[in-house]
Amino acid sequence: MIAVIDYGMGNLLSVFNGLQMVGADARICTAPQDLADAERIILPGVGAFPDCVRNLKTTGFWDALNHEVLEKKKPILGICLGMQVMAKRGSEVQPCEGLGWFDAEVVRMTPADAALRVPQIGWNDVSFREGSPLFKGLKCPTDFYFVHSFFMKCANPEDVDATCDYGGAVTAAVRRDNIFATQFHPEKSQDYGLRVLENFLSWMP
Amino acid sequence: MLKKRLIPKLQLRQRRLGKSVRMVLVTTIQFGGVMEIGDPVSQAKIYQAQAADELIFVDLDAHVGDRDTMAEVVKTAAEEIFMPFTVGGGVRSLSDFRRLLNSGADKVSINTAAVESPGLIDEAARVFGAQCVVLSIDYRRMPDGRWTVWTRGGKQETGLDLVTWAKEGESRGAGEILLTSIDRDGTTTGLDIETTKAVADVVSVPVITSGGCGLARHFVEGFIDGKADAVSAGTFFCFKDQNPMQTRAHIRNAGIPIRLHT
Repeated sequence: MIAVIDYGMGNLLSVFNGLQMVGADARICTAPQDLADAERIILPGVGAFPDCVRNLKTTGFWDALNHEVLEKKKPILGICLGMQVMAKRGSEVQPCEGLGWFDAEVVRMTPADAALRVPQIGWNDVSFREGSPLFKGLKCPTDFYFVHSFFMKCANPEDVDATCDYGGAVTAAVRRDNIFATQFHPEKSQDYGLRVLENFLSWMP
Repeated sequence: MLKKRLIPKLQLRQRRLGKSVRMVLVTTIQFGGVMEIGDPVSQAKIYQAQAADELIFVDLDAHVGDRDTMAEVVKTAAEEIFMPFTVGGGVRSLSDFRRLLNSGADKVSINTAAVESPGLIDEAARVFGAQCVVLSIDYRRMPDGRWTVWTRGGKQETGLDLVTWAKEGESRGAGEILLTSIDRDGTTTGLDIETTKAVADVVSVPVITSGGCGLARHFVEGFIDGKADAVSAGTFFCFKDQNPMQTRAHIRNAGIPIRLHT
């Protein structure tokens, strides 16, 4: 079973529908104990960083995630804010501690080109690391759909699995051990996005 | 590089068949002259197959009718299409936002309610994030040359200046501005470039312009001269022997970065 975590942050239905489309046994999970039965976990998220942290803590998913991901090593896919919250710190609205799975900070985008708008909304070319199992079968670069004002600035370049250019390099995906996360929305990126979801389902970290 | 976006707009009206109500896809001319086209979800699937970048659904009857009908269309669409879409029409409260977002919409557009109670923009941006709040502005060019904002499906003049309102919307937290020229709607005579540029020049959030596309060239003008981030069109894709793929090739040939899904 693939657990899609419902902690009151955003568009779960699209992620769920996307997983069903690629044949996964997906379930929307509202209780942290549901994660025990999951083979893989998806952490979606739309909204603001501090709300996301607060909701993860009050629902009990915070501790459950640390247990399932760090100790039991279950593969996890974070999407958009679900990726950002894996960083050490966020700076949206107010400074706030994240899960700290990546040595990274989440900062507002400040594109060098003043003509570029924030939020970044739309399809951008994503260049990924050669041989990344999550982008298997896709040509580099490939377009994915982004909607965001903040991005994850990683201290360790080896955590960065993919980038896009938006007045400078912007982290588009991170990967380490059993943790994978995308700033873009695979569930909204038509065939290519569904391919990433499929790759996640067969990924053996 | 971030691509410019091509966004088919699907306008919906409620149609009563005996006891049941269903939504039909329609086109309009200057917000009147409604013509029925077909089924919105089937059309959305066709647009997905043609790799449109996003979709916009607008419920023209939400102010009078049963809103759950629209939420059902959104739900069905979300099961079939894996691309971003905005839903609008008759959105008046945070609970309207929540219902549409929970049904699978990525963004919600507000128009009349934003003018009548602007605090809704701030609240929605705070609760759901600015990225899913689209401020939709319908406007007309007045005989004295001013551009004024109209609400209630183009029936109510507000006296608000278009550019001032767009800026206020942005500062309140709208993540995107959707402009529709009532004068050009459905006329296929070309986008209102001057106005699009006037807004795009003063706001820093993305601007979607619409109303008037009749030729592929009109999209190019919207991107280059109007500085729009996205162009939306309804009538153009419904009646002409044109689809997003052909239009995109034309846009690409003009040197504009746009997705070519192959």
